[in-house]
Amino acid sequence: MQNISKSFGSQSAVESMSLTIKDSSFVVLLGPTGAGKTTTLRLIAGLEKPDSGKVTIYGRDVTHETPAQRDVAMVFQQYSLYPHLSVRQNLAFPLKSPVLKTPKAQIEKKVDAVAEVLHISHKLDNKATELSGGEMQRVSIGRALVRDPAIYLMDEPLSSLDAKLRADLRLELKRLQSELGATVLYVTHDQIEAMTLATEVGVLNGGELVQFGTPREIYESPSSLYVATRLGLPRINTLPADLFPAAPSGARTLGLRPEHIAISEGTAADGQAARVTRVERLGDQTRLHLKLTGHKVITLADAHSTVKVGDALTIQLKDPLYFDRDGARVERGNK
Amino acid sequence: MSFSVTEPSKRQKSIAGFLVITYALITLVPLFWVFITGFKTPPDSISYPPKVFFSPSLEGYVNLFTTRTRVTPEQMQALPPPVGFAEAIVRNRDMVIAGPSKFGERFMNSIIIGFGSTFLSIFLGTLAAYGFSRFNVPLKDDLMFFILSTRMMPPIAVAIPIFLMYRQLGLSDTHVGMILLYTAVNISLAVWLLKGFIDEIPREYEEAALIDGYTRFQAFYKVVLPQAATGIASTAIFCLIFAWNEYAFAVLLTSGTAQTAPPFIPTIIGVGGLDWPAVAAGATLFLLPVLIFTIVLRKHLLRGITFGAVRK
Repeated sequence: MQNISKSFGSQSAVESMSLTIKDSSFVVLLGPTGAGKTTTLRLIAGLEKPDSGKVTIYGRDVTHETPAQRDVAMVFQQYSLYPHLSVRQNLAFPLKSPVLKTPKAQIEKKVDAVAEVLHISHKLDNKATELSGGEMQRVSIGRALVRDPAIYLMDEPLSSLDAKLRADLRLELKRLQSELGATVLYVTHDQIEAMTLATEVGVLNGGELVQFGTPREIYESPSSLYVATRLGLPRINTLPADLFPAAPSGARTLGLRPEHIAISEGTAADGQAARVTRVERLGDQTRLHLKLTGHKVITLADAHSTVKVGDALTIQLKDPLYFDRDGARVERGNK
Repeated sequence: MSFSVTEPSKRQKSIAGFLVITYALITLVPLFWVFITGFKTPPDSISYPPKVFFSPSLEGYVNLFTTRTRVTPEQMQALPPPVGFAEAIVRNRDMVIAGPSKFGERFMNSIIIGFGSTFLSIFLGTLAAYGFSRFNVPLKDDLMFFILSTRMMPPIAVAIPIFLMYRQLGLSDTHVGMILLYTAVNISLAVWLLKGFIDEIPREYEEAALIDGYTRFQAFYKVVLPQAATGIASTAIFCLIFAWNEYAFAVLLTSGTAQTAPPFIPTIIGVGGLDWPAVAAGATLFLLPVLIFTIVLRKHLLRGITFGAVRK
């Protein structure tokens, strides 16, 4: 169990952040570039020193310990395999460290086992530089997996891979984590990774943790407009709250996900008229671009929808999200 | 006719090849001349017009390694028959071998001082370069400039102060003194070159090693050094070439025990007339260690060890 809280100076990359990661959980930190995700990871790893605050791992204060003493494993965004070593030597490297000093036979067993899991057994004697991108990143994940650390830290490990590999490795990672019961802190800006991998998601903004919860919680009841815009495809539509009747008091912005929008053809009583400006047929779904009294709204329709550009539709709301002038969530109950 | 933008045409290639070969020949002719002069007899070496074809002799090498005394014909008669080819060559000139010359000793001095100062420059240079590259050294830029500034004047400009200083400290004509001096001159080059090489090695490697359970120094030793091998090898070659060829300080500060080969070789001329073959033989042997060192390290000079392992 970790309990991390820290603030970070000068540029203020991470501001008094507190985060507790439960044992065997898969926590994903989600945020755009510069939100402080990587810095958070590096603070936990011990690659950066916090200006204040402390890091504890299993109740032990590790704030002033070196990365080696902390018993953490990290997968970097870039492959960072040791280029002068073979794949086998790369995987064995952490086990040979003065901290672990694993016996030779055990090193071999572990390396072989990890290579098996990651499907790189046939490449073990290759030089690290002779691998493809996907293989390199698998080795780099493998170098973390040979160990049994308190926590695995992963810094956008899949971001440099192509879409197919990313999807494959994502599933693999999730499977490995649940099999090993490992504790993982994973950093990404990819919402699909966050939704699929995480047991808990932390959304970061400007070095602050703005919301922490299960992916479902964060998707369904975002605490702020910012969090709401981080998850969901197509992105949540934001409209002035007074466009529709029955907005709660104090609400300034209306957030509409496709599931908050009911479309009916023609005109309906309590709806707003909208006009279709573009139809994107993606095969499994159809995206509708609508014009609603001067505002653009993007929503989904059935794959076989016959809606055409120029059609007039009526939009009705189903439990939309409201936010106040600062972007904070306004519950519908407190009218 | 096919035409490629990136690949030079046959014609361009042959012109380039011709120019390179011509240039190589021009620069190699003096070396070749020194090399063959070493195998000439003294009369052949100064004959005019110069002889390109001659019957080779080891007289130059014999003269280089020995000291000889002239004997009268009567004395010569009284001597037993010559033992070994060297004695035979010398007797042809009405002389006998009096003993070994100091060349071997001087050559060893060159090796000790040249490689010693190269090792020290690289050792200190790598550590300093790593520090400058990775840590927030206060006044980093000023320090780097200061280190570079030691190269801005010709070292010989401070010859007199160094001479006096060395005399006071008892460093004149000692191996340690010369090693320290050449290291002092080379270290700025070493720090600057190596910093460039180490800057290019991504920090991720060390960070990965730190997390993998290694200390900072172990990470440096196990991860940074192997990747800096290229830079270290080329820097070492530069340092060795300087220390090996240095003449002015060697003349000024060494005369006996620590004298290196460069100031020694010209002194051969003074012994028994203009003995050009011996000088040429000395120069030829003098070239060998640097040549061998460069060839040995050549494979490390190939770039590309780090290629592709970190995606930018």
